[in-house]
Amino acid sequence: MTAAADAPARPHRRRFDLDRALNTLAAWALALLWILPLAFAIWTAIHPSAYEARFELLAPLTFENFEKAWGAAPFARYFLNTFMLVTLILAGQFLLCTLAAYAFARFAFPGRSILFTLVLLQLLVMPDILIVENYKTMRILGLVDTIPAIALPYIASGFGIFLLRQTFMTVPRELDEAARIEGATVLGILWRVYIPLAKPTYLAYGLVSVSHHWNNFLWPLIVTNSVDTRPVTVGLSVFSAIDSGIEWSVINAATLMTSGPLLIAFLLFQRQFVQSFMRAGIK
Amino acid sequence: MLIRSREWVHAWLLLLPALFFLFAFTHVPAVMTLWNSFYSTPRGRRPARFIGIENYERMIGDPVFWKVLGNNLWFALGTIPTSIAIAIAMALWVNDRLAGRGFVRMTYFTPTVLPLIAVANIWLFFYTPGFGLIDQVASALFGWPQTNWLGDPATALNAVIVVTVWKEAGFFMIFYLAALQAIPPSLVEAAKIEGAGRWTIFWRITFPLMMPTTLFVSINAVINSFRLVDHIFILTNGGPDNASSLLLFYIYETAFKYWETGYGATLTVAMLAILCALAIGQFFFFDRRVHYK
Repeated sequence: MTAAADAPARPHRRRFDLDRALNTLAAWALALLWILPLAFAIWTAIHPSAYEARFELLAPLTFENFEKAWGAAPFARYFLNTFMLVTLILAGQFLLCTLAAYAFARFAFPGRSILFTLVLLQLLVMPDILIVENYKTMRILGLVDTIPAIALPYIASGFGIFLLRQTFMTVPRELDEAARIEGATVLGILWRVYIPLAKPTYLAYGLVSVSHHWNNFLWPLIVTNSVDTRPVTVGLSVFSAIDSGIEWSVINAATLMTSGPLLIAFLLFQRQFVQSFMRAGIK
Repeated sequence: MLIRSREWVHAWLLLLPALFFLFAFTHVPAVMTLWNSFYSTPRGRRPARFIGIENYERMIGDPVFWKVLGNNLWFALGTIPTSIAIAIAMALWVNDRLAGRGFVRMTYFTPTVLPLIAVANIWLFFYTPGFGLIDQVASALFGWPQTNWLGDPATALNAVIVVTVWKEAGFFMIFYLAALQAIPPSLVEAAKIEGAGRWTIFWRITFPLMMPTTLFVSINAVINSFRLVDHIFILTNGGPDNASSLLLFYIYETAFKYWETGYGATLTVAMLAILCALAIGQFFFFDRRVHYK
């Protein structure tokens, strides 16, 4: 792509190369600056605490910090909680958003535009902000300190409905009508025609949703107060708040541990991640 | 006519579950927040009673409210333009032919997948006075004395801003990357034949064509600047003396530390009003520039 575009610029070749070199230099400088905090965290986590701020190439490696962190707080339970939370939210979102998106994409009914506006309003007025009222609701429902309480405000996602609706609208109507003539029901058409064609959107939305809710903190902090319900983010904050005597290297090990699964998944599926975030963003 | 009304019924049934949850946890709470902002906080057996605009009067007279509002404004001004500018630079670089492009793109995007809480933990170590990396580098290079970046009211909020920019820029880069790839190469080629330099091409072609993305990203960034407070819990806890507290953090403190839910509701109303005003304002501000043809 760029090779062809460069051809007419040949007379400026020399100056162009200098320009390119400077740009490459700047891009790399920024890249190193950007990775520095993470690299530093990894450095402290895999070395004994004596090397926290001493950088020697041959410093002994150790896994001890991770062991200490794992033993010092119930991280196994926190991981299980986060896993259940993320699964519950994703399943709820896929189900509810698919049904609603289908209605908005292919049905004509009174109140459609006003309801769609109300759905989009959630992009601005998010449950993240309405913590005071949502906590009251959870208390009335007797759900405080349960995993569903963390999940419920998020399962009807305005963003998800919007994203899936945009995708469903690109499905050719002929496919829909052909299935209808063959006698398929409304849900049958959705299941056999629309959902298979929207698979890339589901992947994109799924990745965005999982990483968002894995990382979410404020609402889980408010609505949970025991080990059995806390997700890893809240667990990590509880762990690192006991600042008496816990070494930095151990805290950094715990920090990397909690972000580990997402980080590894991201490094393995970098292309899909980036494309998913793109896809979720442009619609 | 019969088919018509059956279609309505189907549509409504499909919408029902999503709308139920949407209303239960977004629209109804939003309205109830407004309602409760006119009531006192229920205490023990004493129920909430109507107190008119008393909460609002308290808010107007509350120096902490104005302080966190000012902080939030400074936080937004500090994070949004910076992270957008960095995001555009990142996208231009990563979209170009560049040695080690894959690695560079990975480093830019990685902060996005980290939990903000984890990010704060990592940076907390960076900022540690004397011991942290920033102080070590500063004393080795310039011989600066120890600085308590997070403990000094003059620098605490700026330190939080730096962390936020680091976290967000890579996320915004993605959207610009998508926008750049959608620009027809013929436009750039034509400009090059005319002898336009890279700088001119950027300001005359690329940047105007990316305006819709800038609108989208900046609305997102504004919402985020009010919504993201996770790192404050770890980095500064709002201190010292509320120097780094933001509006949502103050709402949290009011409602869940001092259990003043009535006043918390009033503060939430202020926040919703600001968000709506900003979103509408941005829309009109950009409206003239977005349809650039």
